[in-house]
Amino acid sequence: MSERTDVSTASSSSDVTTNGLRGVRPDRDALTGVATGKRGRRRDGKRNGQRDGAPTVPAAEFTSYYGMPVINKPVWSSLDIAGYLFLGGLAGAASLLGAGAQATGRPALDRVSKAGAFGAGALSLVGLVHDLGKPSRFLHMLRVFKVTSPMSVGSWLLAGYVPLAGIAAASSVFGKAPRIGMAATAGSALIGPAVASYTAALISDTAVPAWHDGYPEMPFVFVGSGAAAAGGLGLLAAPLTQSGPARAMAVFGASTELVSFERMERRIGMTAEPYSQGRGGAYVRAGKVLSVLGVAAALLGRRNRVVSALSGAALLASSAATRWGIFHAGMQSANDPKYTIIPQRDRSKGER
Amino acid sequence: MAPVDIQIGRRPNLEGALLGDTDPATQGGYSEHPPRMGFFTDTSVCIGCKACEVACKEWNAIPEDGLVFTGMSMDNSQGLGASTWRHVAFIEQRKPIAAQDPGIRHDTDVLALAGQGSGTPPDQAAMTPTTPGADGEFRWLMASDVCKHCTHAACLDVCPTGSLFRTEFGTVVVQEDICNGCGYCIPACPYGVIDQRKGDGRAWKCTLCYDRLSVGQEPACAKSCPTNSIQFGPLDELRERADARLARLHEAGVADARLYGRDPDDGVGGDGAFFLLLDEPEVYGLPPDPVVTTRDLPSMWKHVAAAAVTLVGGALAAFAAGRRI
Repeated sequence: MSERTDVSTASSSSDVTTNGLRGVRPDRDALTGVATGKRGRRRDGKRNGQRDGAPTVPAAEFTSYYGMPVINKPVWSSLDIAGYLFLGGLAGAASLLGAGAQATGRPALDRVSKAGAFGAGALSLVGLVHDLGKPSRFLHMLRVFKVTSPMSVGSWLLAGYVPLAGIAAASSVFGKAPRIGMAATAGSALIGPAVASYTAALISDTAVPAWHDGYPEMPFVFVGSGAAAAGGLGLLAAPLTQSGPARAMAVFGASTELVSFERMERRIGMTAEPYSQGRGGAYVRAGKVLSVLGVAAALLGRRNRVVSALSGAALLASSAATRWGIFHAGMQSANDPKYTIIPQRDRSKGER
Repeated sequence: MAPVDIQIGRRPNLEGALLGDTDPATQGGYSEHPPRMGFFTDTSVCIGCKACEVACKEWNAIPEDGLVFTGMSMDNSQGLGASTWRHVAFIEQRKPIAAQDPGIRHDTDVLALAGQGSGTPPDQAAMTPTTPGADGEFRWLMASDVCKHCTHAACLDVCPTGSLFRTEFGTVVVQEDICNGCGYCIPACPYGVIDQRKGDGRAWKCTLCYDRLSVGQEPACAKSCPTNSIQFGPLDELRERADARLARLHEAGVADARLYGRDPDDGVGGDGAFFLLLDEPEVYGLPPDPVVTTRDLPSMWKHVAAAAVTLVGGALAAFAAGRRI
């Protein structure tokens, strides 16, 4: 970089003459509006830059650059990533249900839960790999371990979880190698809760307003949603004599999800709007309705196999709808600059 | 600036890794490194020529980023993205241009003096060439935006492959042979800088011309800027220069001038590329008070752990209650 002379007199010292440019070009030291000595007095007698008590332009509530979003929205596809959130929750909670079923002697619930956990876990992994811009490089996820990256943590969790869930499911379904199966069941039940909950940190650890602001409640929404889905799977596929814990799990999960979601929406204020508006809002509402219906059917129809199965299906659908709703609400909050600008503006005003 | 020997030591400490004023290269594990380099983009002298956009594209061999007419003043590149690493924003405002005054007073109507020779008499005309407009009520802001190379960079924190890394100059760069296109860095950036290139799948952004810096040259955009609106140098020096510039502008009556991203105590620990703006940041499409999302990550992990424990508790309770329902 070239050194430049300090031009204290700035623009007034340069002049275009017949012999070319005289004086020094103002360059980076050019000042806005000191072209003449008459600076500072306007036609109306007001001094320039001076305000009559009130600002010249009334303080707008919200300005943006041509309404363009401030942040770049996620490039994730809803099928892959919303699906991944749903399946991860289902898998993690189902592993707990499977381990409990094995410990309390409920072989049908054991089989269903473990097979469901492995299927969901494996499918979620497929979604994750499919969503990569360069799927052939998915193993690069395991180059490093970074606690500052929930996706790195999650990749390692899944790398440990899916094989264990697979061994546990195979052992249970085919009735082979009970000891190895037991160890794998214990392992998957240990990692399962982390698989079900870490995805909340995954989406909250972004600048997406609706996701980031909800970070304290989001993990509870997610484990609740996962438990409701796993309970729903048990109700759908296990006989009435063995589905008691699944029913209880579903009620626990759905109520945790509903209560945490409600708390989140109330606390975060305006950035919660997308959870009740547009596509995201429609999915969230569908999730809530299905959840309430599912719980009601699970409790009232506990002696009826068909009603139980329907309640299970409703709870699975509710969990999926909630995840899709959260996914789309996040996209909506990223797309509209007001969700980025207004809360930040309010925050910086509060600090002043 | 000569190429510098770089020594990579052990990661110093986790304190300061997520918060506050710190030296990012030292945090990144360089025991000896050159001073932190950055940009000071002084938008008050930007003339909107887009030489920076062009130079950046040429030097970095960036593909075309969409040939569209947006109607957004002279801005057709719209914002930073995978194939737009410098973006010049154009804002047209019905606001007085600070204290600018051409110093011309039309006290004498020269046309009237010239007599009523032809055409509409000036006093009957709706407008003549010398009709004064509303007094200075128009201004055109231009600003060249770029990756901020944050002290605490969310994109780098959340990258699961280690593709994004901190250079010895304290800047943040993507290693394109490592990036697997997971896309996590994209929503993590509070400024909307990094993005995925369609058809390529990987994430791309400004490297602060890491290749040029490594051989002692300044980045292409700064090199090409005809007004020195884009200034490149050691960050400490740029901050001093910016403070002096701000003081001069304030003195000259440009009360709206402000520095953006200069404060090391802001939500991202200060930007490696900071700006002098003439209006609120959001007018230029910049977030007014950005915070690195990973600042809250320790708390996020605590809530995740609590939720996982809740799930285990719920499962245990479900089996305890399972006999009854």
